Amino acid sequence: MNRTEFVESVVADQLKGDDQLTDIAVGDTVDVHYLIVEGEKERVQVFQGVLIGMKGRGINRTITVRRIVANEGVERIFPLHSPRIAKVEVVRRGDARRAKLYYLRDRIGKARRLRDRRRGLKWVGEGEG
Amino acid sequence: MPSAKNIAISGRKVGMSRWFMEDGTNIPVTVIEAGPCVVTQVKTEDRDGYSGVQYGFEDAKVRTVPMPQIGHDAKAGTAPKKHHKEFRCDSDDEATSFEVGQTLTVSDLEGIKFVDVTGTSKGKGFQGPMKRHNFAGLEASHGVQRKHRSAGSIGGHATNLGTGPKIKKGKRMAGHMGSERVTVRSLDVIHADASKNLLVVKGPVPGPNGGDLYICPSSRLYKPKARVQSEA
Repeated sequence: MNRTEFVESVVADQLKGDDQLTDIAVGDTVDVHYLIVEGEKERVQVFQGVLIGMKGRGINRTITVRRIVANEGVERIFPLHSPRIAKVEVVRRGDARRAKLYYLRDRIGKARRLRDRRRGLKWVGEGEG
Repeated sequence: MPSAKNIAISGRKVGMSRWFMEDGTNIPVTVIEAGPCVVTQVKTEDRDGYSGVQYGFEDAKVRTVPMPQIGHDAKAGTAPKKHHKEFRCDSDDEATSFEVGQTLTVSDLEGIKFVDVTGTSKGKGFQGPMKRHNFAGLEASHGVQRKHRSAGSIGGHATNLGTGPKIKKGKRMAGHMGSERVTVRSLDVIHADASKNLLVVKGPVPGPNGGDLYICPSSRLYKPKARVQSEA
């Protein structure tokens, strides 16, 4: 066992199983349900946006989700295996031709949309906002 | 403040990862493969002038070990060890509570919440004063030419004897950085598993992956951490 494998084996029991992870791909519009602590209580909040990048392996896997709030782009990075991430739901499948959709940051309005992965369908995505 | 108990263990830095705590926060951790170590000598006040315990860590290649050392380790009933380290004890009684040939593992650190980790930092080579001593350098403009990262004036000819022809010893200048003994103190112990010789601590420790480490209970805890330790 080399060093990397040893480190991975140490944190292996913290990983979520395949049944807990949704099949997601860059370009999808996703709902990220995450737990926030308000004083004593825990509450689920949903962050919806376009998945513009995934990075890391194993326990370090993170996703970057971008949405438009009040005409301002907001990006959040979520560690996928965090217990604070209750679930990730796919709202729409988008057709992305590259692994990182950083070019969306420079797009405004309708140009922000991505084509649906099911070819032949109309443009879908963030749209105006 | 005396530490919880006098013990130490050697280990090897394996690498870093992240750890999700029960409350959902995630923290950076270092994975250490610690022990097992074998006690090779118990030192007493009478014979050695101080109380302490010497232990060996990791088997050495026998052909590289001198005969006296092979004999020394054989007395403890163990194969020649690559590293020998010591830790001090407060009294002879405490030192003799360890037996020669006894194995020290992570389980001996049980109940210890914070550790000090000593290692040899990564070598950085010959570095300028800005990187080595956090000097500010000179200005980017206002007539400064080709000296933007230099240290500036090093003062007059003040020696250790007053004034003289040479600069004071220890003046901070450019030079070799890293590859020195560094101790990081009061690292939280996140996880320990004696069956795997595993120790997981919060935050980074000195040296490259695979580097040798010396781990002992924290000797200087500040108040909040000391409270946590005393409650344990």
